[in-house]
Amino acid sequence: MSSQDREGARRADAHLLLEAINVTKQFPGVKALDGVNFELRHGEVHILFGENGAGKSTLISMIAGAARPTTGEFRFNGSPVHLDSVHEARALGISAVFQEFSLIPQMSVEENLFLGAEETRSGILQKKALHRRATEILEDLDFHLPVNLPVSRLTRAEQQMVEIAKAFRSEPSILILDEPTASLTQHETEQLFRLIARLKAKGVGIIYITHRMSEIREIGDRITILRDGHYIDTVDAKTTSEDELVRLMTGRVVGQVFPKIEFNPQQTLLVVSDLATADNGVRGASVTVRRGEIVGLAGLVGSGKSRFAQACFGARDIVSGTITFKDADVTGLSTRRMLDRGFLYLPSDRKNDGLMMMRPVRENMSLASLTRKPVSNGLFLSAGGEARMAAELAERLHLAPMRVERTVEHFSGGNQQKAMLARSLTREFDLIAFDEPTVGVDVGTRAAIYRFIAELCENGAAILLISSDLPEILHLSNRAYVFYRGQIQAELEGAEITEENVLKHFFEREAA
Amino acid sequence: MASEASMSAESTINLSDRLKRLFIRLGILPFLLVIAVIVFSLMSDNFLTGRNLMNVLRQSVYLTIVSLGQMLALLTGGFDLSVGTIVALSSVVGALAMATAFAAMPELVWLAIIIGCVAGILAGTMIGVVNGIGVSLFNVSPFMMSLGMASVGFGIALYLTGGVPVYGMPQQFGDIFGFGALFGIPVPVYVAAIIILCLYLFLNWTPFGRYFYAVGGNIKAAGLSGISTRATLFWTYVFCAALAAVAGMLLTARLDTGEANIGASMPLESIAACVIAGVSLRGGVGRVENVVLGALFIGLVQNGMNLARIESYLQTVVLGALLILAVIADQIRLRYVASLKR
Repeated sequence: MSSQDREGARRADAHLLLEAINVTKQFPGVKALDGVNFELRHGEVHILFGENGAGKSTLISMIAGAARPTTGEFRFNGSPVHLDSVHEARALGISAVFQEFSLIPQMSVEENLFLGAEETRSGILQKKALHRRATEILEDLDFHLPVNLPVSRLTRAEQQMVEIAKAFRSEPSILILDEPTASLTQHETEQLFRLIARLKAKGVGIIYITHRMSEIREIGDRITILRDGHYIDTVDAKTTSEDELVRLMTGRVVGQVFPKIEFNPQQTLLVVSDLATADNGVRGASVTVRRGEIVGLAGLVGSGKSRFAQACFGARDIVSGTITFKDADVTGLSTRRMLDRGFLYLPSDRKNDGLMMMRPVRENMSLASLTRKPVSNGLFLSAGGEARMAAELAERLHLAPMRVERTVEHFSGGNQQKAMLARSLTREFDLIAFDEPTVGVDVGTRAAIYRFIAELCENGAAILLISSDLPEILHLSNRAYVFYRGQIQAELEGAEITEENVLKHFFEREAA
Repeated sequence: MASEASMSAESTINLSDRLKRLFIRLGILPFLLVIAVIVFSLMSDNFLTGRNLMNVLRQSVYLTIVSLGQMLALLTGGFDLSVGTIVALSSVVGALAMATAFAAMPELVWLAIIIGCVAGILAGTMIGVVNGIGVSLFNVSPFMMSLGMASVGFGIALYLTGGVPVYGMPQQFGDIFGFGALFGIPVPVYVAAIIILCLYLFLNWTPFGRYFYAVGGNIKAAGLSGISTRATLFWTYVFCAALAAVAGMLLTARLDTGEANIGASMPLESIAACVIAGVSLRGGVGRVENVVLGALFIGLVQNGMNLARIESYLQTVVLGALLILAVIADQIRLRYVASLKR
């Protein structure tokens, strides 16, 4: 660095809102962050980018005051600060919206909004004042939420909005958003982006974690890339190419994220006609799936595409319609019967619906095949057979670290996902439904998961791919159905599956 | 000098670090066992003798069997507060049936014993059947269900006996199952050993055994993997009750009477044994061999306190404190694990 540059950097310092200098975080046995530098300017959206486990979460939890650095320091508006608690960080106007919500389900929206910062007069809650302020905050943010409803009755997206609104109790200076759009609909995402633009104009600095390339382009100013706890680079968000970003993130050239798939559709496996579920989430949906093809189910979060697949699998009550699988009527059979017939559904929420977090990877992999060879002979489990199978699957899916006896909770999100997806290989399934198979997974792992799905398909399995991520549907499916409010708006095939065609049906009003 | 000082400081860090790692891997139980053995052998010379330790083993049989049942309930993320009642009810019903059969046909001693045992175990198991139906079919919380059934069962046991002990069982029953020994080892210990072995095989080596861990680990994931979560929950409480009932019959043999007032401390002690043995209150984690050790530990502490002439009222205080200590230790362990994880 020349002396002139250094001079320029020092002058720029004055405009820095937050600076992390040479920050290291040591956990027993592992360095989560190693000498990381990070800076945030006023009115900037700074993207943090990296694989699962690269250290992004550790960095933001330190900025939010939830964890302390082992060495290194933070500067706020140029002067050193100690962010020893969430309270101290909040006093500086730093608030974070993490992926894991910190909401009390039984409490109402307004009670949650002011939790820990309730307004009182001589020890008595000022409920009217709190109600007024809650309404003001939500109106200001243009969030349409019922303030008196308990949070448990809201959708996940609405809960996310409450979580964001919490950051606006006081005037924020820095807002940290950790994959905020993962569960938001298109409309809500747009709303959030408008909000971010407004905050930028006010000079608020925003730290934003996302894996989605389109979001980086749309709202990002600069990108800082972390890998294995190390600082790699800070680049311009508008001009850096996707390939370049992936190279910086993974340290290697990944090549194409989406594989080329040879579709070879054969006989029809699944025929669903006029299916309706008891919870009214699916109303008269008809779908057919053949061997050797990937059928995409597209639609917004809550459009009924997941519920449709769960109902087919026997995990939801059906009120009308028929399901035929391999030419036999299977309407209303239990999940166990469906599995025995060769149909597997892998849920989208791996933590709540998919994995036993405190059990080893091996047991999580074999869960759906416990009564089959090589895991057991029907009566007794075979420790050797199960361990061998788990080791093989771990190798095939590049589990990292490759330790199948480790409990799942100690793996990164991407590797947890692999442990769950491995279930589809524990025996020969004819039809596998993947529900959001790449949620919260980094690009490298995503590419591996796509290749894995493509391979299954080319080996003659039928695949149902349920996804809210449009590029996934566009690049991977051979045919696609678009769901809207529990009904199928369109069936598209081959070249018809374009962004424009799919999106058109995402929002289309129901005919009459 | 300075280097020596720093070296010794380093070695203490190493030791504490190693202890910490040991603690994370094994939990609190080994530490408690070591402390208990040291303390009680200092307090009484009779503690660390072969005869006394065999005594501990025999006295711990009942709690061990009940704790194994309790472990099943904890594994699936619930618990069973009615184990004490089940012990009492099986004792009363078993003794009544056995005494009646013996009175009717005094020459068929063994038939009377078998009828009594079957009746007692069936009666106890019925409490578990009701628990299981409530929890699995109607989604009643295990807390409420087993608390309610504890009252129901206790009431029935008192009603059947009028609160008076039941006499009239054949002499042989007590002689064999209560006081008998084979090769110097008491008969109840053999019964416990067979149960431990079967349960170990069942939980670790059969698919159905794995389902208990799966249901406690993540009930939704278990359901989506084709496991019948309702059936698993139902059998959890049935098995738990059956084990408690077996313990009830063994205790009846030891006491030579059917009593409605036994087993009152069983819910607390069995949960304590499991928790000290590292069974997670959140479900999904727990091992048979550790639970056996946990129950033995509680037996050891009670025995040691008796030898050290600690008053029985104070013993209850110690037990309660141990349970809380174990839960605190578990929390600390989780914190360590979380700090290692990052």
